[in-house]
Amino acid sequence: MEEFKKAVERNIAEYGFPVALDEKTGAMQWVDMRKLELSYLICIENIAPFFEGMREGKLLTTKCKRCGELFFPPQKDCPNCRVSEMEWVELKKEGVLETLTVVFVRPPSFAMHDPYTVAIAKLDDGVRITAWLRGDPRKVKPGQRVRVEISRRKEGYLMYELVPIEG
Amino acid sequence: MAVAVIGVGHTKFGNRRDVNVPELAWEAMKQAFDSANVEQKDIDFFVVGTAGLWSSEAAVPSLMAEYAKLGVGSMRVEAACATGSAAIRVGYTAIESGEADVVLVLGVEKMQESPNPTVIEIIGRFGSYFWEFENFGLTFPAYYALHATAYMAKYNATEEDFARVAVKNHYYGAKNPNAQFQKEITLETALNSPYIAWPFKLYDCSPITDGAAAVVLASEEKVKEWGIEEKVWILSQGVGTGTANLSKRETFTSLKSAAFAAELAYKKAGIDMDAPYKQLDGANVHDCFTAAEIIAYEDLRFAKRGEGVELIRNEQTYIGGRIPVNLDGGLKAKGHPIGATGVSQAVEAYKQLLSKAEAGRQAEIKNGRWLTHNVGGTGHYSYVTIYSLEKR
Ligand SMILES: [Zn+2]
Repeated sequence: MEEFKKAVERNIAEYGFPVALDEKTGAMQWVDMRKLELSYLICIENIAPFFEGMREGKLLTTKCKRCGELFFPPQKDCPNCRVSEMEWVELKKEGVLETLTVVFVRPPSFAMHDPYTVAIAKLDDGVRITAWLRGDPRKVKPGQRVRVEISRRKEGYLMYELVPIEG
Repeated sequence: MAVAVIGVGHTKFGNRRDVNVPELAWEAMKQAFDSANVEQKDIDFFVVGTAGLWSSEAAVPSLMAEYAKLGVGSMRVEAACATGSAAIRVGYTAIESGEADVVLVLGVEKMQESPNPTVIEIIGRFGSYFWEFENFGLTFPAYYALHATAYMAKYNATEEDFARVAVKNHYYGAKNPNAQFQKEITLETALNSPYIAWPFKLYDCSPITDGAAAVVLASEEKVKEWGIEEKVWILSQGVGTGTANLSKRETFTSLKSAAFAAELAYKKAGIDMDAPYKQLDGANVHDCFTAAEIIAYEDLRFAKRGEGVELIRNEQTYIGGRIPVNLDGGLKAKGHPIGATGVSQAVEAYKQLLSKAEAGRQAEIKNGRWLTHNVGGTGHYSYVTIYSLEKR
């Protein structure tokens, strides 16, 4: 890739265009000079208590006041009742691991992390949660009891993770 | 109104840095026009399946209408990795409803216009972005790996079982001149490759691919009017949708949307739900990852729950077995240009049913029916289509 970029710079100066030959096929490529940088704004206004809860070490979510359905991740509206009368409840931070994977080939935006384990657990309240699993993934299997822990991640902000319960 | 595939086109899949997007798409379109023996003026409507983002062009239907001189209505369709089948659905329903008589469906993707890390970043977002990717970096192989792990734990399947799928699909890919990988592999090669997302290794994963495929669809009336002999009928199609967030699912050993789509398709085609493989000559299933093919055997009822793994262990999905699967190499060896995959499966159904597949990868055609199973995301969208030599 570095060689390729150098070739492009050389070709702009010498040949007059941002071009380079593809390493595999030898076919001439125009190298797009318009870089796209994306970063989105995602509204959390209606689920802000979830983040407030995390600041206090709690895992909060929404429950419909009418039908009683528990939602996780928290959501503003109940599709069953078609109303938005939700209450915030605290989830028990324990459950059972259902599945896991270890991400070796990471996206560039996760390059600062070592290979990480992502797991899905079913909490005792009945909802499922996806999060990173702390510890050696080889020592756990589906069926393992886990707890949810709020912790500060490398990037500096709060997040929750799954931690195996010993014994 | 019955709908037939009357012509097909398919480019070589793989690294296609030798052509740009319209040139690549035209390769498939030109072949489809030639094989259907139609002119541009015969086309009533034009559908393009392309997921995009990794490639430079966004307005592909218009770009192609200009390049190919098509002066009719068009639209772009997206359903993640099931984009091609969604495009076929639009064309099929346009004809079925009487809105159009002849439709060109193109699937095209030029994924290698972006470097691999960018592509990994983009595909990771085919789920529930905030709760899965933004915070936990679930990559696309990882989504399916969550299913593979659950399947292994529940049914005692092994990484070796998954590798057997790769060995089979490379075996047939080697006989397909349009495949990205035309090399057979051994079980050892597959098992010794590096981990991508445990339990998946490099050889459990489909590659990043450039490619295009096209089909010309026509109404029963047009088929009669033109006296078209070489054609296959679209007998039925079932569509299902799964939750965006995997944690909202009851099970990880099945894709509910695929089982749902299969039942719809079987019902409409009058196929026996208990042993559908007895009425089919073969299938193309969505093997973006090896374990996905095994789970597909079960969702499609080729095997009972937990017994899909026995089909691959006993080579029952090779030619001569219970039901041959992915004789074109599948996504695994043929390659997986996202928007083109579903259309490519239709091209394969056409070739197999008309006994036009290359030597060594042609199934025996007895029932005259072929199934395609195309999954977008991790069962976020599923399309099961049944192609047939006979109109119902
Ligand atoms: Zn409710």
